[in-house]
Amino acid sequence: MENFVFHTPKTVADAVSTRKGTSGGKFLAGGQSLIPVLKLDLAQPTDLVSLAGLKKELSYIKVEGDELVIGALTTHADVAGSDVVKKIIPSLAVLASGIGDAQVRNRGTIGGSVAHADPAADYPAAILALDATIKTDRRTIKADDFFKAMFETALEDGELITEVRFKKPEKAGYLKFNNPASKYAIVGVYVAKYGPNVRVGVTGAATVAFRLPDFEAALAKSFDPKVLDGIKVSEEDLVNERDAKADYRAQMVTVFAKRAVEAAH
Amino acid sequence: MLEAKMGQPIRRKEDQRFLTGKGQYVDDLKRPNQTYAYILRSQVAHARITGIDISAAEQMPGVVAIFLGKDVEADKIGTLPCGWLVTGKTGPMVEPPHPMLVTDTIRHVGDSILMVVADTKDQAKAAAQACVVDYDMLPVVASIAAARAEGAPNVWEQAPGNLCYDWEIGDRAATDAGFAKAHKIVTIEITNNRLVPNAMEPRAAIGEYDSGTGDYTLWTTSQNPHLIRLLMAAFTLHVPEHKLRVVAPDVGGGFGSKIFHYAEEVLVTWAAQKVGRPVKWTCERFESFVTDAHGRDHVSTGRVALSKEGDFLAMDFDTHANMGAYLQLFAPSVATYLYAPLLGGVYKTPAIHVNVKAYFTHTTPVDAYRGAGRPEATYLLERLVEKAAREMNMDSIEIRRRNMITTDMFPYQTPLAFQYDTGNFQATLDMALEAIDYKGFEARRKEALGRGKLRGLGFSTYVEACGIAPSAVAGSLGARAGLFEQATVRVNPTGSVTLFTGTHSHGQGHETTFAQIVADQFGIPMENIEHSHGDTAKTAFGMGSYGSRSLPVGGSAIIKATAKVIEKGKKIAAHMLEADVADIEFKDGNFTVKGTDKAKAFGEIAFAAYVPHNYPLLTLEPGLEEQAYYDPLNFTFPGGTHIVEVEIDPETGVVKVVDVAVADDVGTIVNPMIVDGQIQGGLAQGIGQALLEEAAYDEDGQLLTASFMNYTMPRAGDFPFFKVGNHATPCTHNPLGVKGVGECGAIGVPPAVINSVLDALWSLGVRDMSMPASPQKVWRAIQEAKAKGTSADAE
Amino acid sequence: MTSITLRVNGKQVTASVEPRLLLVELLRENLHLTGTHVGCDTSQCGACTVFVDGASMKSCTMLAVEADGREVTTIEGIAAKDGTLHPMQAAFKECHGLQCGFCTPGMVISSIDLLKRKKDPSEHEIREWLEGNICRCTGYHGIVKAVQHCAKNGGAGAVGDATKKESTNA
Repeated sequence: MENFVFHTPKTVADAVSTRKGTSGGKFLAGGQSLIPVLKLDLAQPTDLVSLAGLKKELSYIKVEGDELVIGALTTHADVAGSDVVKKIIPSLAVLASGIGDAQVRNRGTIGGSVAHADPAADYPAAILALDATIKTDRRTIKADDFFKAMFETALEDGELITEVRFKKPEKAGYLKFNNPASKYAIVGVYVAKYGPNVRVGVTGAATVAFRLPDFEAALAKSFDPKVLDGIKVSEEDLVNERDAKADYRAQMVTVFAKRAVEAAH
Repeated sequence: MLEAKMGQPIRRKEDQRFLTGKGQYVDDLKRPNQTYAYILRSQVAHARITGIDISAAEQMPGVVAIFLGKDVEADKIGTLPCGWLVTGKTGPMVEPPHPMLVTDTIRHVGDSILMVVADTKDQAKAAAQACVVDYDMLPVVASIAAARAEGAPNVWEQAPGNLCYDWEIGDRAATDAGFAKAHKIVTIEITNNRLVPNAMEPRAAIGEYDSGTGDYTLWTTSQNPHLIRLLMAAFTLHVPEHKLRVVAPDVGGGFGSKIFHYAEEVLVTWAAQKVGRPVKWTCERFESFVTDAHGRDHVSTGRVALSKEGDFLAMDFDTHANMGAYLQLFAPSVATYLYAPLLGGVYKTPAIHVNVKAYFTHTTPVDAYRGAGRPEATYLLERLVEKAAREMNMDSIEIRRRNMITTDMFPYQTPLAFQYDTGNFQATLDMALEAIDYKGFEARRKEALGRGKLRGLGFSTYVEACGIAPSAVAGSLGARAGLFEQATVRVNPTGSVTLFTGTHSHGQGHETTFAQIVADQFGIPMENIEHSHGDTAKTAFGMGSYGSRSLPVGGSAIIKATAKVIEKGKKIAAHMLEADVADIEFKDGNFTVKGTDKAKAFGEIAFAAYVPHNYPLLTLEPGLEEQAYYDPLNFTFPGGTHIVEVEIDPETGVVKVVDVAVADDVGTIVNPMIVDGQIQGGLAQGIGQALLEEAAYDEDGQLLTASFMNYTMPRAGDFPFFKVGNHATPCTHNPLGVKGVGECGAIGVPPAVINSVLDALWSLGVRDMSMPASPQKVWRAIQEAKAKGTSADAE
Repeated sequence: MTSITLRVNGKQVTASVEPRLLLVELLRENLHLTGTHVGCDTSQCGACTVFVDGASMKSCTMLAVEADGREVTTIEGIAAKDGTLHPMQAAFKECHGLQCGFCTPGMVISSIDLLKRKKDPSEHEIREWLEGNICRCTGYHGIVKAVQHCAKNGGAGAVGDATKKESTNA
C-alpha cells in the first residue's frame, strides 16, 4: 500500500474543504471496500479524509413523512438491526443483514457503499427500487440519475453523501444470489410496489445497477410472480464471466425477481 | 487407580494456547535484527528470460541484497529433489531439475525469479516489483489435454509428448479375460478437479545463521522438519546435518501442502548466511495459490465387466495425471502407488488393470493433498459402480453389497498388490444407512418435490491405505526414504514424562492423543506428560506427519518406547524389592512382586534411576529414557461408507447438502472426539471438492481462481452437522490396533456427493456431472437435459 | 507519521505510525499481540477479527489510525485476567471447535459478537453469521456446536476484565 496523508475532520464542511484541498484524495468511511482496494494497490490516493469524526452528525435512522432517512455513516449492522427500518421497510433490513459478512456489516456504511457503486453491491438495487434520493453536501440526486457505470456515480469530485432517503413502499422484497466464493451478488433483485407503480432494481448482473421497465410494467398490472414468466431478460448488457455467464445471470434475474415478489411484504 | 484414558474424548491440552492467542506460528516469531524477503514470482506460464535488471531496485531504501538464480547456482545450491522414483513400462520417469530460482526458463505462473532481502517487508516487496524482467513468451500447455495434443510444445525437452512416465499395475491378461466373458461393460470418463490445499496459515520461513558457531537454524511451516533437514543437508543447501536445526513450531494446518521441501526454506537459510542477518519470508495468499503444491488433477476412464447377475468380473482403468511443471516431492507416487492399488475398493473384483500416464504442464506442481491418490481412486471407482448399477437396473446398495469383500475373506489379497488385514464393510454400510434414515428417503424426496426441490441420495464406499509405510515395500516401489517413525520417552527424575516424537501435530491434537497413550501405559496422570515435537534439536529423528501415519506408525513407536521403559523399570524394581525380574509385574503405575504386596510406584522407580543409591549399577545404567523406531509391517486399511443427501433448487442449480452420514472403520480409537473432528474436517474438504473448489487454468496457464475471491472456500453455511459413526475392526499388525483417520473424510465423500446430485437430477434426464457441481453447472445440465428431452419417462 | 492513542486489551497504547499501517500490523508487529492472524490478502478469511469498541471487525481492513481513541480487544484480552477462559473459549475447547488453531482467535471473537446480539441463535443463524470466518480443519461442526453450547450455558458473558472496565466507563 502506498502512503497517504490522513485527515480527521470533525464536520461535513471540514471534510469537504479538506478533500478539496487534496490533489488526489478520497473520503474514507467504513473502508470495507476502499481498504481492500488500497491493499491490492488498485488505487493510490494522496490523501484519505476520514469521516469517523462525522459519525455523530451522520449516523442516524429516522422517518420523515413517507421517507425512511438514513445518515450516510450508518453501518449496515445498524440498518439491519434497526426496529425503525424493520417497521417501515423491512426488506431494507433484510438487504442490510446480507451485505458482506458480520465484520463488514459492523464497519461498512451506507454512504460508503453507495458512493463506491460496486456493481455487485446490494444497496444500489435498493436505491433504484425504493426511489431513493441521495443527499450530498451540496445537492440532492435522484436514484435514477445516480449510478452511471462501474464504480462511477453522479457524484462530483469531492462531493460527499450525507444521507439517503428511501420512499416507503406499500410492499417490497429483496433477494440475492451470491457468488459462492466472494459472496458478492451475482444477481440481486429488489422489487417495490408503490400503489399502481412498481419499481425493480437489479444489482450484480451488469456492470452497473439497473431497472427493469418490462418487469415493472408487468408487475404494475398484476403484482404476481407468474407475470414475469414470459418476459425475457436481455443478456446483452449482462456480465459474462466464468463464474456466471450472461445467460445464467439473465435467468437468475427472472428467478430472483419472482422470489422477491413472493417475499414482498 | 487412574481411569483409563484410551477411548476417552479427553479435551485437548493444546487448546489453551490456541484459544488465548498464545500459539506460536512461524510468522509470529521475530528474530533479532531480522530482514524480510520477498520473492518475485512469474506472472506468465512459459517464457524465456532474456534479461533481469535489478539496478534500480538495488538503490531502493532498505534493500540489503537481491539474489538471482545464477547466484544460487554459483553457490552450488542443489535443485529441489523428488522423493519417489516411479519406473514405468519403458523405464524410469523423466525427472527434470526443479531450481530454487529459475535462470533461463519460466515454467508456470508463480515460478520464482528472484529474491529481495530488505529491512522491511514493504521495502522488499517494492524493490522486487521494481526489478525489470525481460522475457520472450513461449507457447503454453496448461492442461492434460493440451499436453497430450499432437505437436504440443514440450514443457521439458527430455520429456517428449510431455510424458513423465507410463506405468501400469495389475494382470492385463486376466483383466482381458474378465472382459471377454462380460454380460455387460460399463464405461465412465471422469475428471478429478485440481484443488488448492489452502491451509489457513500461509507458509512462512525464517533462516538464521550464527557465524560464531557456523550453525544454521530454519523455522518453517512444515509437517516434517527432520525430512526437511535431511533434504537440505543432502540435496539442497549442502550444509552438514548436525549444523542445521529445523524447527516447525505451531503450524496452522497442512493437509499435505506442508510436507514438501520448498525453495523458500533453502533460500532464507542460505541468504541468512550471505547477509549476516536472519531472513524472514511470509507467503501472501495470492502467492500461496500459485506456489503451494496443488492436489488431484486426473482425467480417467474406468470400465467394469459385469456378469448377468451383477458381479464385477474385471475392471480396467486408464488415468492421465497432471504433474504440473516440476515433480514435487511425492507427486510421482501419489498418482501411482497411492492411487492405483486402491481401485479395488471394498470389492472382490478378481482382475483389475490400471494404466497411469503422468504429464508435465505449465502449471503449479501437484502433490499430496489430503487423501493423495486415494480420493481420486475412490471417486473413479464409486462413480463407475454407481453407473453400473444404473445401467444394470440394479439397486445402488445391492450392487455394492453383492460385490463386497466379506469378513470371512480377511486377510484379503487384492489383485493390485495390497493385502487388507481386516475390515467389515457390510457393517459400515448398515450403520450409515441407518444413520441417514434410508427407509425414509422416498418420503423426503416426495416432500421436497412438493416444494419444487429435487432430493437425491448418493453412496460411496472406500478403502484407503494409511500408516505409510513399510520401508522395504516402499523402497522396492521407488521410495527414496525409509518411512518408519521414532519416539523417545524420557522419564524425568520426579516421575513426569517428556515424550519426543518425529511426527508433527498441525491440528491433529497429538499432544493430547499421545499423552493419553503414555498415561495409560505408565498409569500416570496426563498432566504429568509433555509432548515435544517439531524441533530437530529436541527430537532425534522422524519422518513426520502425513498419510494418516502419526498414530499407526508414530503411536506404535511410542508403545515400543514405553515398553522399553517398563522393562527397565522392572529391573530396577526387582533390585529394590529384592525379587527376581521375572516376578515383577507392572500395572496401574506400580511395580509389584507377583503374589505379594511389595510394590514400588512408577515415580519411585524413576527417582531411583536418577538417584541410584539403591540401584543395580553393575548391570544397569542409571537414567530412564528409551527410544524406539517402528517400521510398520503393512499398510493399514481404513474403510467405510459415506452417504450424502442433497436437495437441489432446479431454478438456480444450487445444491444444498442436507444430510451426511458416514461410518468409518479407523481401527481402535484413542480419542473419539479428535477422531470425529478429523473425519468432519475431511468431509468438509471432500464436499468442498465436489461442490465448491476448483483450481481452474485458462489456456495461457493463468490460474483463474487465484484468491478467495474466486476459489470457493467452504464456509459454515455450506454444511449441516455431520453424522459420524465408527465401526472398529482393530488393525492386526500394530500394537494399538489403529488404522489412521486423517484422510478418510476427504476420500470417501466426493463420489457420494456427485452420486447424490445425479440421483436428484436423474428424473430430469441428467446423466453426468463433473466436480465441482456448481450452481451454474447444475443449472446448465438441467437446461441441456430439458432441451434434449431425455427425461427418464421418455426413455 | 501520525501519533495515535488507543486502548488495547484495557491498556492505553500510544504509537507513532504511518497512516497506511493496518490495525493488524500494529497489533502483530508493534504490540507483539500475535494471536491475531493474517490468512489472506482479500479481507475474507476473518483470522484477523478483533473487537473495536465492542463490535467484531477485521483488523486487516482497518487502518491503525482509524483505531485512534478506540478500545480494541484481541484474543489475548478475551479471557479473564486470572486466566479463566471466557465461556466461548471454554465452549470451543469443550466442543472441539478448533484443530490447528489458526482461525480460532477470529472465530471466537465473531462467535462472541453473535451471542452479544442474539442470545439464542438458530443453527442456521450461527452458520450464516460465521460467513466471514474461514476454517479449513473442522468442517465447522465443532465450531457451530461450541456456539450452541455457549448459548445454552449462560451465553457469551462479558469479554475479559479489560472490556468489563470499558463498559463500566461507558
